[in-house]
Amino acid sequence: MTQISTANRVKPTKPLIEMRDISKHYGDYHALCGITLDIHEGEFFSLLGPSGCGKTTLLRVIAGFEGIDSGAVLISHQDMARVPANKRPTNMVFQSYAIFPHLSVAQNVGFGLRKSTMSKAQKEAAVAEALEMVGLKGYGARAAHALSGGQRQRVALARALILKPKVLLLDEPLSALDRKMREQMQVELIRLQRQVGITFILVTHDQEEALVMSDRIAVMFEGEIAQCDDPEILYRRPKSKRVADFIGVMNFLPATLHSHAGTIIADVAGLGEAEIAADQCPAGIPEGDALVGFRPETLTLLYDGQTATQREAAGVISEVVYYGDMTYYDVTLVGVSKPVRISMRNVFGRDVLAVGDATRVSWSAGALVVFP
Amino acid sequence: MKGLKLYAILYLIFLYAPIFLLPLFAFNSSTIIAFPLQSFTTQWFSALADIPEMHKAVLNSLRIAATSAVLATSFGIFAAMASTRYRFPAQKGLMGFIMLPLVLPEIIVAVSLLVVIVNAGFSTGAWSVIAGHTLICTPFAIAILQSAFASLDPALEEAAFDLGETPASTFRLVTLPLVMPGIISALLISFTISMDEFIIAFFLTGADPTLPVYLFSMLRFPKLLPAVMALGTLLVLASVVLLTIAEYFRRRGIKRAGAKDTGGFL
Ligand SMILES: Nc1ncnc2c1ncn2[C@@H]1O[C@H](COP(=O)(O)OP(=O)(O)OP(=O)(O)O)[C@@H](O)[C@H]1O
Ligand SMILES: [Mg+2]
Repeated sequence: MTQISTANRVKPTKPLIEMRDISKHYGDYHALCGITLDIHEGEFFSLLGPSGCGKTTLLRVIAGFEGIDSGAVLISHQDMARVPANKRPTNMVFQSYAIFPHLSVAQNVGFGLRKSTMSKAQKEAAVAEALEMVGLKGYGARAAHALSGGQRQRVALARALILKPKVLLLDEPLSALDRKMREQMQVELIRLQRQVGITFILVTHDQEEALVMSDRIAVMFEGEIAQCDDPEILYRRPKSKRVADFIGVMNFLPATLHSHAGTIIADVAGLGEAEIAADQCPAGIPEGDALVGFRPETLTLLYDGQTATQREAAGVISEVVYYGDMTYYDVTLVGVSKPVRISMRNVFGRDVLAVGDATRVSWSAGALVVFP
Repeated sequence: MKGLKLYAILYLIFLYAPIFLLPLFAFNSSTIIAFPLQSFTTQWFSALADIPEMHKAVLNSLRIAATSAVLATSFGIFAAMASTRYRFPAQKGLMGFIMLPLVLPEIIVAVSLLVVIVNAGFSTGAWSVIAGHTLICTPFAIAILQSAFASLDPALEEAAFDLGETPASTFRLVTLPLVMPGIISALLISFTISMDEFIIAFFLTGADPTLPVYLFSMLRFPKLLPAVMALGTLLVLASVVLLTIAEYFRRRGIKRAGAKDTGGFL
């Protein structure tokens, strides 16, 4: 998978878009329920959520295509309530790309410059520059309908960026592309965003895409923001079971909580006791029954002769899924009926284990997340 | 299979025989419209030049048809936009109501319009025929334009608006060029309907008859019948040319939009 590290980037913190308690109804349907969110200058921000959760609606509210029932949207500290879409410092890449079919590629890209005071030569130069930026140098004279899906998307990008907006809004821009093209465009979008330094807001229902591309991600369910964090925290410390389930694979085991001398101890079925730090569970979680989650890669199968560096548990392998570079093992832990999934990187010279093998598992308390 | 083939042939003969008979008798030297044919002549066509009332009727019809077509198409654009771009209460009912003239008998429209006009103290004339024809053409224009607007991705208009255009310039730069094939179709269909229409014109035309009304009055003079045939031939020719032009624009529109061609006249 193409992965560009976003970890060492300077995290911008100046709020560019401020959303204050936004509510929106479609008839009786409550599409957005009290969204409060800050998006920072120069940030690659993603709105992630299942189909119908209100991502597009929120994006269109920012763009000015949809009104709101209550709340406020501020861009650069200016209230957008009375500013129509054509006067907002935002531009949009539509899910269908919305390329004007009756115009050439250059006319499409230069569409936004019609009212600018630039000379004809300056406009042509700007169009050529925008086309080069998206890798379509020399395509200007083509008819817009004679383009492939990936090319149409690049035209849509160039067209939206030529006005140098403060915010670029992208509604599932990669969903119409095949997998290879999608991965290539993910990398290109990240590169483009760094190059132009404009705030990008990306709508997607693909959690992997959001993790790869974003500085921060807001996970939405049913018109509400469930969690807004950077990809690593979102993946490692989801705040609810639902977020945990939506992003990647998460194993869940029942546990009982009790506190001992000020620290919380979880007695996890099949694994044993673990100390839980404050960032691993919601504040004020009650004692008693709880659910503990952990990612497949945080557990390690121990081979003969290996000793656990962390804690150890025993189980039997009930399923093996071989992926070439990785193998997924479903392991039934002692005393737990539902198997847990463990992923292991395949190493040369080490056999893949078989179904029915007894195995030992190494785990660490720090990898757990606790849900009420 | 053989039966089907025979059926198709008979069907085509039934459809086109009257149209092929027109030029046959238009070029026949006998004044009597009957077989056997006599010698070839173009005298009926030259005779057309000497009937000034007919010229007046043709001009009158052209004027009325052009005006009605423009009016009906303009109304059609507004109605089609209202029904495809906006949501408002009682929308379905209202649209159904606008489409009503499609199924209303023309004689009813004609008589009621006449009653209204006479009672209001106005005199009939070209303007009242235009009013009647606009009324019956508008539903056709709406039906054609509705499908043109419905097949236009609303995101295209939003994209133009997003790029700084006003609603008016968005309409001019994006909407209008993309629905142009629909507009041309609506204009041509309305024009043709108005050119053909007899009943409303008969009741409301006043002192200046339209072409169908004039032709009807000429049937009383058998001597002029071959000239009518000649005129009919010219009209058929004009229709074919018109349809070809319409089809050319429609295909060009589709090609420019890069869509797949489905349907069409020719
Ligand atoms: N114009 C509208 N009228 C009525 N309901 C609407 C309208 N637009 C959206 N909705 C409803 O609002 C909800 C949120 O829609 P939205 O398009 O924002 O979802 P989404 O998160 O973008 O989903 P997807 O991933 O499928 O695009 C959906 O349940 C949808 O049915
Ligand atoms: Mg959407």
